[in-house]
Amino acid sequence: MTELAFVLAIPLLSALLLALFGHHRGAPEINSAGSLATLVAAAALTVRVIGEGPLVLFDEQFFVDPLNVFLIALTALVGFTTSLFSRPYMRVEHDHGRLSVGRLRLYHSMFQMFMCTMLVALSTNNLGILWVAMEAATLTTVLLVALYRTPASLEAAWKYFILCGVGIAQALFGTILIYFAAERVLGPLGGALLWTHLDVVKGGLEPTVLSLAFVFLFVGYGTKTGLVPLHNWLPDAHAEGPTPVSAVLSGLLLNVALYAIIRCKVLVDGALGTHFAGNLMIAFGLLTVVVPSFYLSRQKDVKRLFGYSSIEHMGLITFAFGMGGPVASFAGLLHMTVHSLTKSAIFFAVGHAAQMAGTQMIDDIKGLLKRSPTIGWGLMLGTLAILGMPPFGVFTSEFMILTTAIKHYPWAAAILLTALGVAFAAMFHKVQGMVFGEPTVRPLAHNPALLPVFVHLGLVLMLGLWIPPYLAEWYRQAAKLIG
Amino acid sequence: MNAMLLNAVPLASQVINLCAAIMLLLGFAMLAQRRVLTLINLFMLQGLVLFTSTLIVALSTHQNHLLWSAALTLLLKVIALPYILHRLIRRLSVKWDIETLLNIPTIMLIGIALVVVAFNVAQPISQLSGTITRATIGIALACVLLAFLMMITRSKAVPQVIAFLAMENGLFFAATSATYGMPMVVELGIALDVMVGMVILGVFFFQIRQQFDSLDIRHMETRREP
Repeated sequence: MTELAFVLAIPLLSALLLALFGHHRGAPEINSAGSLATLVAAAALTVRVIGEGPLVLFDEQFFVDPLNVFLIALTALVGFTTSLFSRPYMRVEHDHGRLSVGRLRLYHSMFQMFMCTMLVALSTNNLGILWVAMEAATLTTVLLVALYRTPASLEAAWKYFILCGVGIAQALFGTILIYFAAERVLGPLGGALLWTHLDVVKGGLEPTVLSLAFVFLFVGYGTKTGLVPLHNWLPDAHAEGPTPVSAVLSGLLLNVALYAIIRCKVLVDGALGTHFAGNLMIAFGLLTVVVPSFYLSRQKDVKRLFGYSSIEHMGLITFAFGMGGPVASFAGLLHMTVHSLTKSAIFFAVGHAAQMAGTQMIDDIKGLLKRSPTIGWGLMLGTLAILGMPPFGVFTSEFMILTTAIKHYPWAAAILLTALGVAFAAMFHKVQGMVFGEPTVRPLAHNPALLPVFVHLGLVLMLGLWIPPYLAEWYRQAAKLIG
Repeated sequence: MNAMLLNAVPLASQVINLCAAIMLLLGFAMLAQRRVLTLINLFMLQGLVLFTSTLIVALSTHQNHLLWSAALTLLLKVIALPYILHRLIRRLSVKWDIETLLNIPTIMLIGIALVVVAFNVAQPISQLSGTITRATIGIALACVLLAFLMMITRSKAVPQVIAFLAMENGLFFAATSATYGMPMVVELGIALDVMVGMVILGVFFFQIRQQFDSLDIRHMETRREP
């Protein structure tokens, strides 16, 4: 009980503290310390859940089981490493005059607030609160995306707000429909929005209403996951915000939105007894893998490039969960983990690379390896990892997804392989040009924090070679919950 | 007593149906309205109708927590948000702005088609609904879709935001008409999100105008998707 209270309270208190002192020189350190404390609390919570099984807390409003505790731990971990990366990054931005002290204060405070909203969304048992937290996460990130106040960043933030606002309104309608169906079974005082209660009675919920509800929820949270055709906000938001924000958007927020879809899918599957939700996820997942892979080769901005890559991977994960079954769900969870670790590592490297070059244009970044071998190798290895090269963990999860697809949906496997091949060719070519060749980039004034990059890549490498038994067991339990 | 209750229910449900009809009418009116100032007033009226219907549902079904949610609606949608919007357009000096809307008849026709779709989609749900307001869920969905259409057809920032808020009105109407309102904690959370969102957007308006010399979203689209 206390662990979860700490997990939720520390980011909130850090946000308040940083709202007051975020302009001080030590603000990045407060930010990192807060994130570290959150990580410690999340680790304690994880140990507790592994030991004692699922917990229902605070008047049943919060609920922690193997599925969400794994995402809570991942969120806290990437939140902490991102805060480490953002220390030198934001100092450089400040020195270049791109950000005033007031903006830095806003950034630090909103970063912690964003972490808080994501952790609430992950741990809540109430589908209504889940919606509220997702909307709050949108609002905090709108402020973060617009941090530079350039015309492009304002446009990106506006687009993000309007698209996700509209999308998430559909999710609210879906939530209302679930409440409507559940209220008939559970009564107005039966906690008809509490997931644990819904899970018990899901077989008795009205199938027509639930299938309609899932369509709305899928459109709503799918917008936030970046599923095609509602993905337009994602590359802009990734390209125009500060790089630490791109890292947490890609690495964490998309996962949280996907988590909301998965939770709803469990209920709908139980009520319908058919593969309706899964088929919807397979179709849109496939579309989301194919479309961005053809956009990749046309990108000129490096952060947009990796934004499109995130869309593609979200499609792959959605596809995996759509197929369902122990292997595919296991692979989906593993892919969520390795994607968020790898993609945030790539954004860390890209952030420093863009600062060295003074631009985000791919053509103007050359010879990273000669100027800074660590950044160059970080970017190169990260790209190889995200493209699914063995021995990295992305290969393992993609291999599992593909083999399951070959078994059950052979036609889909062919499409997936083509899309992955196209993505490989496009991205490898672009990144190669940035890493090798004669340098056009200058060294940085502050020492870059590259430890997070290699820690992340090391973890991804480890997951590719050997998944620790307790972690595998944990994935298996979570996969069983998803079904 | 029993006889009184039996008499009271049809009357209440008639009034709620009337409210639903007015909601829909206001949805169409907003779709075709070109003046920003009138748009805000229409939004306020919609809030008022929402408040009335919530209040009637609360009184006729004795759901006390709905009284709170009615009070919240009154406070937020009839007083606070219109006030903020009025202030905003005064300070942005777009009070007398008139937007050029092409093809109002076409937009209206699309709107009618959306209403038909909404009624068809909502039909299975309405049949299941045991609440006194069951006929209105189709209208609530129609209001959401009309607001959605408005958002697509507008190019200026302020009307887009009003469309966003109108969509939220439709959702709230769905919540009270299909069920007896969401749990209080959720309603409070939603209200908080809407309020904070509005404040953030208010700040944004000034930034956008400063950067683009206009509140027209079309001016932004300099960087087309490569």
